[in-house]
Amino acid sequence: MFWQRKDLLGLRQLTPEEINLVLDTAVPMKEIIGRKIKKTPTLRGRSMVTLFYENSTRTRTSFDLAAKFLSADTVGLSASSSSVAKGESLRDTGLTLTAMGVDVVVMRHPASGAAEYLARCIPAAVINAGDGTHEHPTQALLDMFAIREKKGSFAGLKVAIVGDILHSRVARSNIWGLTKMGAEVRVVGPATLLPAEIEQMGARVYTELDAALEGVDVVNVLRIQLERQQQGLFPSIREYSRLFGINQRRLERTAPDALILHPGPMNRGVEIDPQVAYGSRSVITEQVTNGVAVRMALLYLLTGGEHSAISN
Amino acid sequence: MRYLIKGGVVVDPVSEKLFESDLIVENGSIVEIGRELKDPQAEIIDAGGRYVCPGLLDMHVHLREPGYEYKENIQSGTRAAAMGGFTAVACMPNTNPVADNAAVINLIKQKAGNAAARVYPIGALTKGSQGKELTEMADLKAAGAVALSDDGQPVMDAGIMYRVMQYAAMLGLTVISHCEDLSLAAGGQMHEGVVSTMLGLKGIPAAAEEVMVARDILLAEATGCRLHLAHISTAGSVRLVREAKARGIKVSAEVTPHHFTLTEEAVQGFNTNAKVNPPLRRQADVEAVKEGLRDGTIDVIATDHAPHAYHEKDAEFQYAPNGLIGLETAVGLVFTKLVQPGILTVPQAVAKLSWHPKQVLGLPGGNLQPGAVADITILDPNLSEVVDPTKLQSKSKNTPFVRWKLTGLPVTTMVNGKIIMQERRLLV
Repeated sequence: MFWQRKDLLGLRQLTPEEINLVLDTAVPMKEIIGRKIKKTPTLRGRSMVTLFYENSTRTRTSFDLAAKFLSADTVGLSASSSSVAKGESLRDTGLTLTAMGVDVVVMRHPASGAAEYLARCIPAAVINAGDGTHEHPTQALLDMFAIREKKGSFAGLKVAIVGDILHSRVARSNIWGLTKMGAEVRVVGPATLLPAEIEQMGARVYTELDAALEGVDVVNVLRIQLERQQQGLFPSIREYSRLFGINQRRLERTAPDALILHPGPMNRGVEIDPQVAYGSRSVITEQVTNGVAVRMALLYLLTGGEHSAISN
Repeated sequence: MRYLIKGGVVVDPVSEKLFESDLIVENGSIVEIGRELKDPQAEIIDAGGRYVCPGLLDMHVHLREPGYEYKENIQSGTRAAAMGGFTAVACMPNTNPVADNAAVINLIKQKAGNAAARVYPIGALTKGSQGKELTEMADLKAAGAVALSDDGQPVMDAGIMYRVMQYAAMLGLTVISHCEDLSLAAGGQMHEGVVSTMLGLKGIPAAAEEVMVARDILLAEATGCRLHLAHISTAGSVRLVREAKARGIKVSAEVTPHHFTLTEEAVQGFNTNAKVNPPLRRQADVEAVKEGLRDGTIDVIATDHAPHAYHEKDAEFQYAPNGLIGLETAVGLVFTKLVQPGILTVPQAVAKLSWHPKQVLGLPGGNLQPGAVADITILDPNLSEVVDPTKLQSKSKNTPFVRWKLTGLPVTTMVNGKIIMQERRLLV
């Protein structure tokens, strides 16, 4: 099985085989991160730009390190410091970067569909690092990497995604990826934060946390943006936390060895209790390592890495 | 110039009848109708068994002049109209400046003096279409505004809409309402449903339209104002209009070709040419709209022709403007999607494209008869064409119907006794 796609735009388009290829490729990459000398010459002479129209620390740093561990050259562009601030169109920014010899553009953008649009505009590979409320495929892949590593496989697993599903690109990518691999996905949150007809994407929909957590193998806790309260989408942090906050007592409903995931950054004490976040079932910190490994795997696959050796 | 239109099937949308007849046209008027007419002085137009109709009127277009001439102007927009079989259009007031005073109406009429189709300007309901203060409606009417609308900028304040309707009723002007509750639509990008959920685009619920349809029907009932509902798109709106008509309220409604042909699925792939307001809805809404056309609940088919430049639609979906062009594809879509499947007869379809919108706007020209103005459209129900954006007359090419094969097309457009388009070619 070889990687055929120019871009990684979302998990909606990927086949189960492609998802497995990424996850399989990430295994040796994770091993590299564990070495004392974290450097392989695999992508020497390749170039990656991170083009971020939204603030991000962890995703951007993760891509940057992933590229550097593989010896690619990296440049970071932020919307505020580039010609974007002068009103340049995304097409023109993309064409300019391509003309400078960039192989991979990693983009985060506040508009849903921006990555797909950019990918149509330029010949370079595009990796979607989050577009609006559409998809965040690398986050879902790193979540899936953690799940597969701990649980062995996806078939028959029950995964609950908790919180603001409406605005979550992480939730959407996870639903696409996990359901393709045979897991059951449940989404739970206040009715005002559940998107319309999401059951037609293959998720089971809950508004009651205890019912949603019954017997699940994985709990993926989403960050609640505090400004959603000001937008009138829920009455107070207090009530949100009381109805949907994950704490030890709530976890009594889950399978005994259920994993706890959170894409970060956490609002401790709001959507997740610190005891849970730092508890024995939490893989939240390990997710970050997995993130670098998955991004290394994607950079490798998208730059035609199947022709070079992984382990040298 | 004298013309003899020979061998056609004349469509009478008023009596809903078809009859084989010839027509003689002279000096902008129809002078004779009858079988086997002969006139050696007249130039013959061979209708060859095709439908000879009273000139079509698109009562909802955006000609963009003054202010946005890079998208369209009166010249290019009326050429698109003539190519699409329309002898007349009514243009919305959301120009820059807004057509909220007699001077802008006069400018539009003056610019339209040598245009390829008749242009009937629609004046604004409120100053600057800001939804706050009434326009000088009597002045607008005197200048030639045929109706009033704040299309695209719904009047959110019910109290102001109430006074708008009272005042318009006093003047006998129709109020055309773009029904959208902005607090419910709230920055939405497409219809709220599974596709908006999958694409992560903010949804516009059907209720955003229906709440306003219900409100404006109640206000029309309370004020006695003649209300026309622009581009209704949901099953709920169709039901509300049907109920209102049954109660005898003076309301009419229109639907666009894109709302009886396309669903939210057209947005997949973030297709900005399928971004339009009201948004493309579900299949059940498309079916309800078609039923509304069939049972007469929906009186008018109008395009909401909304040209936007290439660079505006070539963007991230949420940054692209709403709207698509429709003048040159409307007749083909009506024939392909409504007439051929048997939802509308030819006279019914022609009524919704000419007689009914003329009634709504109080314009003459219901059917073709001696003495009537010679605005005539000839339609060929069997002629097919594949939509090619490079061949469109409109300055903008933002159509979601690229590569659609349409069967049933206008072949002659005659305005005031002058041939503007013949056999798919513009003569002006």
